[in-house]
Amino acid sequence: MTAFDYAPAPESPSVVDIASSYGLFINGEFTDAASGESLKTINPATEENLAEVAVAGEADVERAVRAARTAYERTWGPMPGSERAKYLFRIARLLAERSREFAVLEVLDNGKPIREARDVDIPQAAAHFFYYAGWADKLDYAGRGAAPRPHGVAAQVIPWNFPLLMLSWKIAPALAAGNTVVLKPAETTPLTALLFADLLQQAELPPGVVNIITGAGRTGADLIAHPDVDKVAFTGSTKVGKLIARQVAGTHKHATLELGGKAANIIFDDAPVDQAIEGIVNGIYFNAGQVCCAGSRLLVQESIADEVIDRLKARLSTLRVGDPMDKNTDVGAVNSAAQLKRITDLAEAGDAEGAVRWSAPWDLPTKGYWFPPTIFTQVASAHRIAREEIFGPVLSVLTFRTPDEAVAKANNTPYGLSAGVWTEKGSRILAMADKIRAGVVWANTFNKFDPTSPFGGYKESGYGREGGRHGLLPYLIEGGTQ
Amino acid sequence: MSRVDVRKTYKLFIGGKFPRSESGRTYPAASRRGKFQANVAQASRKDARDAVRAARAAQPGWAGATAYNRGQVLYRVAEMLEERRDQFASQVRAGEGVSSKRAEDLVSAAIDRWVWYAGWSDKVAQVGGNANPVAGPFFNISTPEPTGVVAVIAPQKSSLLGLVSVLAPVIVTGNTAVVLASADRPLPAVTLSEVLATSDVPGGVVNVLTGHTAEVAPHLATHADVNAIDVSGAVGAEGVTWGELEEAAAETLKRVRRPLTDEEPDYANEQSLSQILAFTEVKTVWHPKGA
Repeated sequence: MTAFDYAPAPESPSVVDIASSYGLFINGEFTDAASGESLKTINPATEENLAEVAVAGEADVERAVRAARTAYERTWGPMPGSERAKYLFRIARLLAERSREFAVLEVLDNGKPIREARDVDIPQAAAHFFYYAGWADKLDYAGRGAAPRPHGVAAQVIPWNFPLLMLSWKIAPALAAGNTVVLKPAETTPLTALLFADLLQQAELPPGVVNIITGAGRTGADLIAHPDVDKVAFTGSTKVGKLIARQVAGTHKHATLELGGKAANIIFDDAPVDQAIEGIVNGIYFNAGQVCCAGSRLLVQESIADEVIDRLKARLSTLRVGDPMDKNTDVGAVNSAAQLKRITDLAEAGDAEGAVRWSAPWDLPTKGYWFPPTIFTQVASAHRIAREEIFGPVLSVLTFRTPDEAVAKANNTPYGLSAGVWTEKGSRILAMADKIRAGVVWANTFNKFDPTSPFGGYKESGYGREGGRHGLLPYLIEGGTQ
Repeated sequence: MSRVDVRKTYKLFIGGKFPRSESGRTYPAASRRGKFQANVAQASRKDARDAVRAARAAQPGWAGATAYNRGQVLYRVAEMLEERRDQFASQVRAGEGVSSKRAEDLVSAAIDRWVWYAGWSDKVAQVGGNANPVAGPFFNISTPEPTGVVAVIAPQKSSLLGLVSVLAPVIVTGNTAVVLASADRPLPAVTLSEVLATSDVPGGVVNVLTGHTAEVAPHLATHADVNAIDVSGAVGAEGVTWGELEEAAAETLKRVRRPLTDEEPDYANEQSLSQILAFTEVKTVWHPKGA
């Protein structure tokens, strides 16, 4: 099967104005960083410079935390939940109104296809605010006792794979619960968070309730270490998650950690194969596999392995890889040179350890960071590509014979974030869902998200949940007796 | 001439059996007035490992039992404890230095605590889980599941009621436990092992170590096959702080339950659903709807 030729259908970048430089958003306004340092953010699809953003130093972190503390004590803390709710509803509406602007900016800064940013990231972010808005005056019903209390100042550090969506997962429940926020977006994708600050000004959110400080790992570490921070929420690597767990040990700070994954996507011989192929593709090539819950280990029952792999290769050959701004693009750029190197290194380890690499003959752009959708077959459980999180469009295929073997292989990982199960047999779905040690199990589907649905890991994939009623709980201190 | 009584050898409780410490060591436990009570086993790192292995082996079976069954087993523990209340009262009186009346009350509260938690077994999933109304044609449900193997550092002062208050909420959902008893007041914990051994609690579901907190607890905190640790009982422990244990637990990202204050609480009021939920993982399952 060959791909049809499509004429290019590029989205226009003119919908968004990018400033040449950005300061820090502290106490309701943009200010220069006392550190005087800055970093550049680039378009990973073209390597073009997009903007210069400030790097917050210790004094800037201090200023941001103080602003959040003051807002907590004077405005946001004393405000009735019903009033907080209306600000959150406002934010949700503003996000929906300006969704195209946010989508385009996300694509430029992150490299993901416009189809994903437009149809998933931005509408989900708006929906997240809308969902948690309704909780703000109903906290007594959350299951945290009568009159549960917020922690105070929340320090939130988010990754680059879903910049605005992760911002919404962090900020919406924190504010609904009555906390104030200092958020640090990722070093390579700060722009939609800064545009969100502009949106907060339109919403007239009281100054200091949300502060956005940009920078790299050092800024995040300074923020989390600040003694006046009460709540820490981090999404990122397991390695950094462990450092944070150590940092908050013995203090009053509570942490929510959403870390890495190595999800098994299990295909039984009675699976609906057409849907399963789409699920596999969505599971590992959505956002170029730069997803902590990506279905990066395909466990396929031996009797149908050849068929599944052949059909998967045929389907992959029709994926359109390239310009993220093109509305027909399925797979965009890798977010950074560093991430491309990690993917490349792990793929080479796959070659070296004896797995067999396949990727369709794509013409990748010459500029920017690109890795073609790739499949490794003949992968053994001990291979690095079966154990380590690649965070790229690389699928490792393993086989199994019995349901017990599938469970054993699926659980044979320090991670436990998500898993997929494909079979038409209902009782098998429920038994597998019981036995798999993962926070989200997608049965006959994959990579589904919703503001009402909790997300988060077992084991070294972290702790705490985001989304749904459960996602509110980490931002509340238990109230009176239950 | 009065009869010479036959004294009990106080041993560890691992995998449903009562071994001595593999290290061969013991240490003397004294009453609050300083009177020798018994030599108890001084658990080693190897004993802690054996206990974790036993807890891991027992975990799938215990989690796989029906909630109704686990509730009955916990209730059975209350029954057996009630029958031996005099023995516990005498050990609590001596070990904690309280009056007979106070010791009786503490034992009664410990029995009632098992009953309270027993009743939660088949309700936790209902109260702690829920359906999620996602915006699409999907069935979607979230349920709390047991975290796995949980290390429990028992309270240092409240040797029976405190111990029961931190143990029962761990095992009611299907976790298995490795308990490190109060270092200075270990006897009720050993006697509780004997109750558990005769209460239909499967071997390995609860394992009880006696020994020095500072020696054994750090091994439990770093052990890669322990999923969670309750360090709240380490308040007031000799030679190690709860913060140090939490720090040690970070490398394996264990779930950690901390103390709420720097003082050991009055365990009379320490029972809550949130204590059960602290050792659960919320799992969310999606499935498409369609004819």
